[in-house]
Amino acid sequence: MRTSRRWSSRDLALVASFAALIAVLGLPGALYVFGNTVPITLQTLGVMLAGAILGWRRGAAAVLVFLVLVAVGLPLLSGGRGGLGVFAGPSVGYLIAWPLGAAVTGALVQARWPRYPLWWGVLANVIGGMVVVYALGIPGVAVMTGTPLAAAAASAVIYLPGDLAKALIAAIVTAGVRRGYPRIAEEPRLLRRDPKPLQGRPLQGRALEGGPDTAGQQDSQRAGDTGTR
Amino acid sequence: MLTSVYRPGTSPLHRARAGTKLLALAVGASALAWQRSVPAVAVGALVVAAAVAVAGMPARWVWEQLRPLRWVLLLVAGFQVLTQDWRLALVVCATLALAVLAAALVTATTRMQELLDVLQRLLQPLRRVGVDPDRVALLLALTLRAVPVLQGLIAEVGDARRARGCERSLRALLVPLLIRTLRHADNLGEALAARGVDD
Repeated sequence: MRTSRRWSSRDLALVASFAALIAVLGLPGALYVFGNTVPITLQTLGVMLAGAILGWRRGAAAVLVFLVLVAVGLPLLSGGRGGLGVFAGPSVGYLIAWPLGAAVTGALVQARWPRYPLWWGVLANVIGGMVVVYALGIPGVAVMTGTPLAAAAASAVIYLPGDLAKALIAAIVTAGVRRGYPRIAEEPRLLRRDPKPLQGRPLQGRALEGGPDTAGQQDSQRAGDTGTR
Repeated sequence: MLTSVYRPGTSPLHRARAGTKLLALAVGASALAWQRSVPAVAVGALVVAAAVAVAGMPARWVWEQLRPLRWVLLLVAGFQVLTQDWRLALVVCATLALAVLAAALVTATTRMQELLDVLQRLLQPLRRVGVDPDRVALLLALTLRAVPVLQGLIAEVGDARRARGCERSLRALLVPLLIRTLRHADNLGEALAARGVDD
């Protein structure tokens, strides 16, 4: 039996668009949060979002396409880094882990498809975007720099608070996107055979009234004031 | 806009075939990582220095490649000197720096399209497991085209966010951005289907 289904043109378009999204999230000056004071890299956020929104297969493909473009010389990694040199550097383990992390996040989200409870979304992001990524990234640093594992692990501690925040933000954003663009949440390609259909939720009706985009924006504005929900 | 790290030139290294350069890089970097000795590092340094000189890369370019590594190298060197000896520190740091420099040299002297062609050739054997190299090439081209579109979307959504007075909200930026990205992808998918990509 062939395990891989054929990629439809919609799949290709989604993968290409998300690969470009991850690229753009790392371009210098593309995105500054907190009133232009703190430039933070949102590329790991893009990795989590790709898995959570596109599912494991297309999510991993999007990250892989992004890495190929980095490898052939586009300076798309945060800080304008790119080219094969990146893959000879100490952070190669993190880069290799990204597609896997997106796949794990996507598979976990798909396990409960079409529902997306926020706590489950955060957990999926933490496992895929942090546990998997650190599990390959830290040994990568240890091997490339010849330091023991414990020292390499200590160097990763500085990423923890930021990555935790990103896991939370990615889950909130994913929930908002699924509400504002229901088509993506009703995808038939699932791990589970016959998904329970989404029951009519009040937000769905609102999304239809105002068009997908406006609903998403209203929603984001409302929650944007408090930051979290 | 979006420019590659490729630096145009006419040196022998620029004119060499992309596949040859990639093979040399793979063999050289592996040998260096395998050996981990002072003589090997010395030979590697000579080879890389000669290649940089032949390719006509200025000293500033070399510095730009190594700059992101400077703190890592310093930390590793300090650590190795304290726990092992200076020789190991030298070997580890030099191996890392040389590998990064050599790899950067390949991408700086090879056009992106040539590297993509090599990739497409490398993917040919994967036809058997269901990977279509032509579709991969299409996917990469679509992604390159989508980058400026996404940049435009970010600017638009950023303006909208400012107009609504919630500049600080990451959510007010990302949710509309992703929804527009998905909508762009759906339009693109329909356009591809209309042109027979699914057939």
